[in-house]
Amino acid sequence: MDPLLLLEQSFNGLQFGVMLFLIAAGLTLVFGVMDLVNLAHGSLVMIGAYLATTLVAWTDSFLLGMILALPATFVVGALVEVVALRTLYRRDHLDQVLATFGLILFFNEVVRIVWGPISLYSGLPDYLSGHVEIIPGAPYPVFRLLIIAVGLAVAGIIYLIVAHTRLGMLIRAGASNNEMVGALGVNIKSLFTLVFALGAVFAGLAGMMLGPLTSVESGMGEPLLILAFVVIIIGGIGSIRGAFIAAIVIGMVDTVGRIFLPVLLRAVVSDAAADTAGPALASMLIYILMAAILVVRPRGLFPARTG
Amino acid sequence: MSKRIIGLAIGLATGLALAATPVAAETVKVGFITTLSGPAGIIGKPMKNAFELGLEHVGGRLGGLDTEIIYGDDQRKPDVAKQLTNKMIKRDRVQFISGIIWSNLLIAVHGPVTRSDTFLISSNAGPSAVAGKKCSENFFNVAFQNDMMPEGMGKYMTDKKIDNVYAMAPNYQAGKDMIKGFKRMFKGKIAGEVYTKLGQKDYQAEISALRAAKPSAVFIFLPGGMGINFIKQYTQAGLSSKIPLYSAYTVDAISLPALKDAAVGTFGVQHWSPDLGNSVNRRFVADYRKKYGKTPSFYAAQAYDTVMLLDKAIRTAGGVSDRAKLRAAMRAGDFPTTRGTFKFNNNHFPIQNIYLREAVKEADGSYVTKTRGVIISAHGDSYAKSCGMKW
Repeated sequence: MDPLLLLEQSFNGLQFGVMLFLIAAGLTLVFGVMDLVNLAHGSLVMIGAYLATTLVAWTDSFLLGMILALPATFVVGALVEVVALRTLYRRDHLDQVLATFGLILFFNEVVRIVWGPISLYSGLPDYLSGHVEIIPGAPYPVFRLLIIAVGLAVAGIIYLIVAHTRLGMLIRAGASNNEMVGALGVNIKSLFTLVFALGAVFAGLAGMMLGPLTSVESGMGEPLLILAFVVIIIGGIGSIRGAFIAAIVIGMVDTVGRIFLPVLLRAVVSDAAADTAGPALASMLIYILMAAILVVRPRGLFPARTG
Repeated sequence: MSKRIIGLAIGLATGLALAATPVAAETVKVGFITTLSGPAGIIGKPMKNAFELGLEHVGGRLGGLDTEIIYGDDQRKPDVAKQLTNKMIKRDRVQFISGIIWSNLLIAVHGPVTRSDTFLISSNAGPSAVAGKKCSENFFNVAFQNDMMPEGMGKYMTDKKIDNVYAMAPNYQAGKDMIKGFKRMFKGKIAGEVYTKLGQKDYQAEISALRAAKPSAVFIFLPGGMGINFIKQYTQAGLSSKIPLYSAYTVDAISLPALKDAAVGTFGVQHWSPDLGNSVNRRFVADYRKKYGKTPSFYAAQAYDTVMLLDKAIRTAGGVSDRAKLRAAMRAGDFPTTRGTFKFNNNHFPIQNIYLREAVKEADGSYVTKTRGVIISAHGDSYAKSCGMKW
């Protein structure tokens, strides 16, 4: 196995990992702090991507469009929380799953009505479409490096907020016992709205950065949502640190496994069998990993809730 | 509420009336099934458009007879396609069912339709499963057999002495068939053979592995959105100028508007191209552009050819009542086609030219594919010999 290729693939894995972290961060906070299972989190990824694509085209500036899309996604997130989710906190998880599944259908149909059924493809400005040779002989796209940088920076910001601010203290307190936080006189309603909208912004940011790489289309967030759930289960529900580590691990395992598993299998079984079993087994890898971790640590790597 | 009940009553009455009316030999009834909703609607809508344009060109009367077209949206689901064909055969009493984009849908409806007194005419899907032993005298394919294009590409790359080719396709039946077809006629070395997830969107990891394999060329079968994403990311990775890209069913009039410069200079294979110089094609392309403001795709050309085949066959057979005459008339394959030359093989699949096409940018800023020569002329598929039909 070529060590340079392995290095390059770990960059790819890291990029996928930080992307997953951005989505999982909001999901784990909402689940941990508000005890809400939000299936519609993937829709926020999609909304972010659509808003960014539209705003970039509208302002004719990639950076400005992206920056404007952040508060726009924040507003959408806050609206969703106030209008739809607020009534669900006291209901059991099945009701929440049903209601937020309804939101998925709602958002998928809304984007079809507003933006049409055909996928949107957006490009990158020239200054972001180049590549740099960080690994000899393997030019790496600048935009993907930017995704890694932004992802790590956002992870740092989230860490600072959660660990060193009053809001973060409330979030942590809410994750371990939200009734007590309410009883201590904290306005739990606006705290929930704020946390949810922040989560929406992170998810939206992931969608925005995904847009120029792939296509922006109805339902684009759902496949990512499943992975994000795997991430927060491995990381421990409510734990940002856990989500970060799990996201990077999942990103690495998925990327490296997808490429090297068929190659490894070819050495053991016939080529035709390896070609069939390899991709299938590779897509199962992360679930096998999740099962293995849950056997050892049933509450994930860094469980936030103690009670 | 009462309105709905009245509506229902009228509907029921019409249904009864239709069922009671004996089918007059003078009325041609054709079912046209394609995918009109969902993401794949970008393929089905142009097919319906071209079908309607074809009808317009024959004055709305197939073979000069009264014509009724029943359109159906299969939603890309085999069960829906089956229900539609069932309804068209039993209630609408159609003589022909045409359209069908997807191979898995065609396989689902092939048995029930060909066993009934209805002709099935595929305007796109050409799976190997119905080209060999299971060929049927009631089934015609006016498009291609799936393996034909990758075979053409395999031959072209062999002729060009391109060696060390990296091949990539989605991990499902058609993907495997494509690579098999490619390898059937490609004699050089395969640098790598990779099957990706169906519907995958991010190919960066595959692209890194591809570059590390140092192939001298890449062959892909990644239809629809998969191809758009792959080629975009291939360009973003800076590979498009280093390792030439060859494709089948990937770069066409549907993906080009999204791909733009990223696809320019890549080679593809097809049995048709908008710039083919025959008079039927010139008229079709010009009128399609005028009516719908877009360059037609090969799917559209096939739908147009379906109309022409029906029109000519019904005219020759002098109506739709004599099925043996109709079959003989269709087998003649002498309809005016956008492809210039066309013949049916003994398995009712086309024998046709396979062209090399290059994606180019036109002076007016639009992106089209240009024919760069014939790779194989009068190419028949490799399953015909196991079909028992002789005529």
